[in-house]
Amino acid sequence: MSPSTDYAVGFETELTERHARYRVDRASLPLRGDEDVVGLRRHVRERALAIGLSLVDQTKLITAASELGRNSIKYGGGGMVYLDKLVDGLRQGVGLIFVDAGPGIPDLALALRDGYTTGGGLGLGLGGSKRLVDEFDIDTRVGEGTAIAVVKWKR
Amino acid sequence: MERIPILRMGDLLLVTIQVDMHDRLAMTLQDDLTERIVSDGAKGVLIDISALDLVDSFIGRMISNTAAMARVLDAKTVVVGMQPAVAITLVELGLTLHGVKTALNVEKGMALLGKNLN
Repeated sequence: MSPSTDYAVGFETELTERHARYRVDRASLPLRGDEDVVGLRRHVRERALAIGLSLVDQTKLITAASELGRNSIKYGGGGMVYLDKLVDGLRQGVGLIFVDAGPGIPDLALALRDGYTTGGGLGLGLGGSKRLVDEFDIDTRVGEGTAIAVVKWKR
Repeated sequence: MERIPILRMGDLLLVTIQVDMHDRLAMTLQDDLTERIVSDGAKGVLIDISALDLVDSFIGRMISNTAAMARVLDAKTVVVGMQPAVAITLVELGLTLHGVKTALNVEKGMALLGKNLN
């Protein structure tokens, strides 16, 4: 992965700068197919290890990344993800921002509810991912796209 | 095409998942296992996930579906070796692997399937 590679997605959102003041490093990855989710999990694991996240927190973050990356591909028609290293004083974290230029989420409250799915899945991706991370923000506009920013801080 | 190997031991099918599976690979495994239950006349399926450091909703669903398909084909499924961090994450995610029998290791899984290794 080359950090300078740009997989920019045509959805303008301020969410990509959500953690800009804590950010010390950024990389990006494309999200186009199944294999990209595997790559994403590997890159997230490396970053989680680098800041010394506990095994449980690593697993939670990688699982959330897997769910959200799959959503971008399956529902958003593909997109990209930013992987950010965050430093806030003595606290370190991993930030992930998923961006797609898909159809957007018309009813966010409904989409976050467990068991709700439009894609034949289990409907746990969005609500479940939210429970696995420390910060979870969404910017979605119907007909424009969806961006989801999550952070896991080292305890 | 990339595939997860399925081993046969008597009337059991054994699978050890040792790679980070992408979604299609997980679906292929589900289909392969279901076909092998019928073609081999298997009575039990043991899936070892001790090498997996992640079970997300897709893989969880594949495991649940495999167990359900095995059940209607008269075979039992036991999932063994789940790592503690994976179990914690799975439950927090909201997945309970309903209807799937689990055991801590292969030996205990075999016992659940009515096979004594000694």
